[in-house]
Amino acid sequence: MKWFEKIGVGFFLLGISIFTVLPFLGQYQLSQEIVLENTKEIHRERMEEILDPMYDQVYPSNFAFLGEFTAHFSAYNDSLKSNQLWDQVIWDDYGFALAKASVQSPVRENPWLWLGLSIGLAVLGGFLYNFRQYEDEHPGIKNNGIFHSKLKNRGWVGMITGGYLILFYILLYWFPAYLVNLVWMVDPLSRILSGGAASQWFLYGFIYTLAILVMGLRMFRKYRGNKYQQLRTASVMFFQTAFAFLIPEILVLLNQPYFDFKNIWPLDYDFFYAYQLDTFLSSGGVGFFMLVWGILLILIGVPLFTYFYGKRWYCSWVCGCGGLAETLGDPFRQLSDKSLKAWQFERWIIHSVLVLVTVMTILTIVNYFSGFSLLGDVTNQLHTFYGFVIGSAFAGVVGTGFYPFMGNRVWCRFGCPLAAYLGMVQRFKSRFRITTNGGQCISCGNCSTYCEMGIDVRWYAQRGQNIIRSSCVGCGVCSAVCPRGVLKLENDAEEGRFEEIPILIGNDSIKIKS
Amino acid sequence: MPHKHIVILGNGISGITCARHLRKLDDDLRITVISGESKYFFSRTALMYVAMGQMKFEHTQPYENWFWEKNRIEILQEWVSRVDFDQKSLEFESGGSLPYDQLILATGSKPNKFGWPGQDLEGVQGLYSKQDLEKFEENTSGTVQRAVIVGGGLIGIELAEMLAYKKIPVTLLVREKGFWNNVLPKEESELVGRHIMEHHFDLQLETELQEILADQQGRVNAILTSKGERIPCQFVGLTAGVSPNVDFLKNSDLEIGKGILVNEFFETNISDVYAIGDCAEFRNAPGPERKNIEQVWYTGRMHGETLAYSLAQKKTAYRPGPWFNSAKFLDIEYQTYGTIPPVWNPEEYKSFYWEHAGGKAAFRLHMDLENRILGVNNFGFRLRHEFFDKAIKESWTGEKVMAYLEKANFNPEFFPPFFLEIQKAYKREFGGDFKLGKKTFIQKLFGARV
Repeated sequence: MKWFEKIGVGFFLLGISIFTVLPFLGQYQLSQEIVLENTKEIHRERMEEILDPMYDQVYPSNFAFLGEFTAHFSAYNDSLKSNQLWDQVIWDDYGFALAKASVQSPVRENPWLWLGLSIGLAVLGGFLYNFRQYEDEHPGIKNNGIFHSKLKNRGWVGMITGGYLILFYILLYWFPAYLVNLVWMVDPLSRILSGGAASQWFLYGFIYTLAILVMGLRMFRKYRGNKYQQLRTASVMFFQTAFAFLIPEILVLLNQPYFDFKNIWPLDYDFFYAYQLDTFLSSGGVGFFMLVWGILLILIGVPLFTYFYGKRWYCSWVCGCGGLAETLGDPFRQLSDKSLKAWQFERWIIHSVLVLVTVMTILTIVNYFSGFSLLGDVTNQLHTFYGFVIGSAFAGVVGTGFYPFMGNRVWCRFGCPLAAYLGMVQRFKSRFRITTNGGQCISCGNCSTYCEMGIDVRWYAQRGQNIIRSSCVGCGVCSAVCPRGVLKLENDAEEGRFEEIPILIGNDSIKIKS
Repeated sequence: MPHKHIVILGNGISGITCARHLRKLDDDLRITVISGESKYFFSRTALMYVAMGQMKFEHTQPYENWFWEKNRIEILQEWVSRVDFDQKSLEFESGGSLPYDQLILATGSKPNKFGWPGQDLEGVQGLYSKQDLEKFEENTSGTVQRAVIVGGGLIGIELAEMLAYKKIPVTLLVREKGFWNNVLPKEESELVGRHIMEHHFDLQLETELQEILADQQGRVNAILTSKGERIPCQFVGLTAGVSPNVDFLKNSDLEIGKGILVNEFFETNISDVYAIGDCAEFRNAPGPERKNIEQVWYTGRMHGETLAYSLAQKKTAYRPGPWFNSAKFLDIEYQTYGTIPPVWNPEEYKSFYWEHAGGKAAFRLHMDLENRILGVNNFGFRLRHEFFDKAIKESWTGEKVMAYLEKANFNPEFFPPFFLEIQKAYKREFGGDFKLGKKTFIQKLFGARV
């Protein structure tokens, strides 16, 4: 390691450590005004009463504060529940808002400073570590030592990394109240971009984007000499920064609905939820355009682009989940399971999610246009279930947290309903395929090992067969790592796409299917 | 009840391909594959990647372990000590034996040793088998300040790369004037040689191994070269080619030259005994440009395919198409289609050579005097097998090859369109009536440069 790489690692670890400690700084003090400001009108009176014992007490930590808050709040709800007074139960979770307003901490006082010392240092460290990687080496495949690594081969560093990611996602989705200091840290930035206060989602989006940018830089270095890899990395960096992060915030600044123009149903599973439709339909021309745009992407964009280029146009050039997987997740791509069994599981699970989200969405739309007379609240419960199990647990906790255990595309491979939809088009009606170069395959297995989707590429390559798999995201790494120039991602005529060649080229003795 | 028991000795690419095709073609055969080296088929060519941590050994196995049972291919991990051709039975080192109706010998190769003094010392090894890989790990686990590799070929360069991964300085002794120049023409050999030096390997050309010297424990501690130099080293790799692995078959009725002698049907002199792959030696070379012993992955596979068809369907002679091969020298990929000799008489052949200004990509088109294609070499970029198989079989002219060269491209999207420069260079040198290709809009947009 060069000196600046060592400094980079040091900065990164220091930044991450500070980031990890920040949520536990400061003290919490609740007041009546805070409760009034942060609760809905219908709950104000109740909440004021429930939390009365907490006023003007100083709580030394988020644990103390949230423990007390939960005790009071649950006591109230539990007694109602036990008396079957469901309509009086307060279902809203005010923990985050109240904790955010009650915290008094150095982070809240000096957000920029702490942002710099945590995320800033980590990003700077990542930059220093990456920006001249492989400088003394020639362009080529840089996979040496991956299976001797403690991070990339499920060693103890990998276990810690995975554990950390999982914990972060659990806090983010279900216990954001513990992270209010971190949210305060990005508050000024949020105000600059959207004019509003930061939420935990803004924090998440910000970190997510930075992770893609810093690790995207790593991809540029790792794949020096491979234009395909560099261009698609640049593409996901651009779409994440502009489309997923900046534009939606700026739309809010301009008093328009928050909207990510590249997010497509059914990955964007709440696109047809009542509050979304209300937003689109009540926001004039812009809102209506968003609705039409979203529907056009589903009905025309996906089939058309996938017909011409395969699902890679989305999964490894545009998508945010794909963007993170291809940058932050790239070091873990070899950990995907290549067995036939895994493929069988994959097909069952991913298509079940697609069916689930489709049924849920149809019910939601029908319910919406029938004025909620048909199903009433049932769709809400479905939404809660889907949001919890699929949207948060699967896509988030497992999707990213499991990078160091099961590879970087766990969500995309086993869960993403949009990937399932794109995959069906790719499998049955597309010009895309990976072509095998005659008889040149030596069955070495680099392609299968480095396939993040767990496709046994070699199975096809050694038989001289085109690789046409619904799950293939067209990342192009199989082609890159092939030492004999056997694999090529191609868009070509549909004719002959599935054709099994007779014996592999090179042997003129016989002509039988191999 | 199976009507016949075919036993295949060796589970490399030849033996396994043969077993797979036999099963495809005949459901009623009993098929047994025997190997002492490893229980399951693995890709020998990938051993280097295991050493360099790019893969685990299990990744080199092209089929999952259930595959063999599912396809009723019986697997035995045994070393065979002797074949009793009269009784049609194999005898194992462990003591057991196995009868066969037909026997296919696919025993592969072993590294050449030319009787160098000290060639069997501790720390001296070849690189061929799974056991060699294990030995490599053992031999490099202690302090190795320098390693010497004897022989400049494909395995030599792989071994050098494996040692470099372990940060062990490497000296490569090559007998010839240029790297692999008994196969590659001068320019190509120089291109590879330059790249080897770039990787800080000490490439010593026209130098042979004289003697390997040992320390008191019987471990290698230096070598002497033909130039009289003493190179201290703790590891010696012997990669001066391979020869058929047939020693245990000698002194039997089986006719053996360098390898097991076979005809074009892979039949040996003993009926119901066949030989394929590296261990087979054709009595008559399978083609005018081909050798009597074929020792590459692809030929092993083709031998297996053809013999399986012969045994299960219809007796068929081995007729390979145009030669092809590929390799990777450190970061530079190499492919070849057709036949290009290392040297030729310019009055009998025409040869077009293009090299990229960066010195890491090159293309050679070898032609007869009527400009008909005989073969191509390409370095640093990829060409389509199907295209050249056809062009060579149909004896296309150089002009025609150039006219369609874009179709021959197999490089990934957005890669430099080398073919544009190649066409221009060809036109300058040989003329010809074909249209030069142009950059596409996308290539211009993304600034594609050659």
